[in-house]
Amino acid sequence: MNFKLILNIAVHLLRARLKQSIVAAVGVTFGIAMFITLVSFMHGLNNMLDDLMLNRTPHVRLYNEIKPSDKQPISLSSEYKNDVNFVSSVKPKDRGKAIYNSKAIIHYLKQDERIVDVAPKITTPVFFNSGTIEISGVVYGVDVAAEEKLFKLSDYVIEGKVSDLDQNNSIIIGKGLADKMLLKKGDIIKITTAKGNLASMKVVGITQIGIADLDNTMSYTSLDTAQKLLGEPTNYITDIQVKLHDITTAPALANEFRAKFNVDAIDYQTSNSQFETGSTVRSIISYAVGIVLLIVAGFGIYNILNMMIFEKMDSIAILKATGFSGNDVKWIFILLSMVIGITGGLFGLLFGFIFTSIIDVIPFSTAALPTIKTYPIDYNIVYYFVGITFALCTTFIAGLFPALKAGKVDPVEIIRGK
Amino acid sequence: MSNKVLETKKLSKYFYDPVKFQVLKEIDMSINHGEFVSIVGKSGCGKSTLLYLLSTMDTDYEGELYIHDELVTGKSDKEFAKIRNENIGFVFQFHYLLSEYNVLKNVMLPGMKLGKLSTDEVEHNAMEHLRTLDMHEQALKMPNQLSGGQKQRVAIARALINNPLIIMGDEPTGNLDHKNSDMVFDIFQKLTLEHKQTLLIVTHDNDFAARTNRIITMDDGKII
Repeated sequence: MNFKLILNIAVHLLRARLKQSIVAAVGVTFGIAMFITLVSFMHGLNNMLDDLMLNRTPHVRLYNEIKPSDKQPISLSSEYKNDVNFVSSVKPKDRGKAIYNSKAIIHYLKQDERIVDVAPKITTPVFFNSGTIEISGVVYGVDVAAEEKLFKLSDYVIEGKVSDLDQNNSIIIGKGLADKMLLKKGDIIKITTAKGNLASMKVVGITQIGIADLDNTMSYTSLDTAQKLLGEPTNYITDIQVKLHDITTAPALANEFRAKFNVDAIDYQTSNSQFETGSTVRSIISYAVGIVLLIVAGFGIYNILNMMIFEKMDSIAILKATGFSGNDVKWIFILLSMVIGITGGLFGLLFGFIFTSIIDVIPFSTAALPTIKTYPIDYNIVYYFVGITFALCTTFIAGLFPALKAGKVDPVEIIRGK
Repeated sequence: MSNKVLETKKLSKYFYDPVKFQVLKEIDMSINHGEFVSIVGKSGCGKSTLLYLLSTMDTDYEGELYIHDELVTGKSDKEFAKIRNENIGFVFQFHYLLSEYNVLKNVMLPGMKLGKLSTDEVEHNAMEHLRTLDMHEQALKMPNQLSGGQKQRVAIARALINNPLIIMGDEPTGNLDHKNSDMVFDIFQKLTLEHKQTLLIVTHDNDFAARTNRIITMDDGKII
């Protein structure tokens, strides 16, 4: 088959119906551009929300869950081994919230090659006192350097510096808290712990992570300060946060750590399953819309090719009479369709890029997301590959059926029919 | 090797719509190299049908067809296309030029399809053929800018481009006035005399037929 000649004929046929061909190509362009824009935008949003969650959430968190013992004393007794025991009014076991032997665990985890880094943390409920009013909240005692490395704490600090936490008795409070208690940087805040200890701390910064419930209750301080506040020794740690190189291994590693260190471990996927579902659904929607647009464009091409074949019966007959086989004629029309698809598709990619670039600079400032200034866009070359592949597949299939029909045209019937 | 360009053995053809009807009845014929043959007969006697069978465009028949002593009956669509491309030149009643291409490209197309010569050589040959038909000045015009007689000359040039064994014409003068008919006949005659070109022309123009080497008269699906 003489490819160049066939392509040449296809292009000439196309030029003869330039207007309709352009309309068909514009259909593809529109479909692809919309697909690229939608997918890039949706994934930009997904990534933004993922980051919001991921940056706040460790991949694996080790902690002590408050729960009853798995084995009640009676089940240890050999006397009642074969009986069914009902124990009522079971209470959770007091194991303390501290992770036992935490220093050794952290040291061990830091050696593990699958782990990026480990950040210890103390979580404790407190009351913030403002005059006679007590506001319940949470203090997170964090290792400032590790927390900054793993969770980019400074991204969410809108006033003050994270490093100021290293000063004694300093605290960074949530924006909601600061607003309620009319506190600003440099003020002193009084805190009562659950055990009744009272402490005064200096506000060195204000943080806003964009989730109102958290901003209204949480505050950060250093590990040392938190331990002092609670009156606990320096090995007192309630959470160990682990960040992994590969997030997909989190569930497996959580199981492994649970068994090895005899603590509770929860992985990112489990603690954010509803979040993952949301992301998946958004992706599916954007892909579905893109594909539907392309299918519509495909029907456009199908129609135009069918009409073209009907008009070009004479040409097909003469091509066949002068030595082009049915196969050659078929390829002429498939190529014709592909030319429309490639041209339309490439312009679609271009317009898709332009549209996403436009969306990318539209201001999107919400108080909830201090780090986001414009609408988020995920520029990923994969979407462009997927887009052009879709375009080629649709146009190929749309062209195939009319092309098969053209290949079967009987030249005798056309020539005699005159 | 025998001198036969085309030979048929017991060629029969049926039409099935609306009722089964035998158009061609066991036709035995042959055409020798260099002959200028015309097929005449009344409307509906099957002369065009016979031509389409001989041209390999219509393959739904009984009997055998030999081109250059080679049995071609039962070959594939692709092989038939190649045979038509290489061995048969066509001139139809309606000129059937591709309106998307200019005159020169129209003539070149079967040559490009054959692919034995480079584009430049095919173009050169096409210009030569157009020149002998006195059409070289129109080479870059589009078909819709030509008169009927001119279009038919382009079609003849296209039929010649691959130096075919035989040129087949289906009423090539049927749509032309007297002057242009004469001109087309003169071209055909010149081709047989000067280039030993084999020609097989279906016509209902008896004057035209009378001037050819051999007349095959058909009636009711038979040669008489």
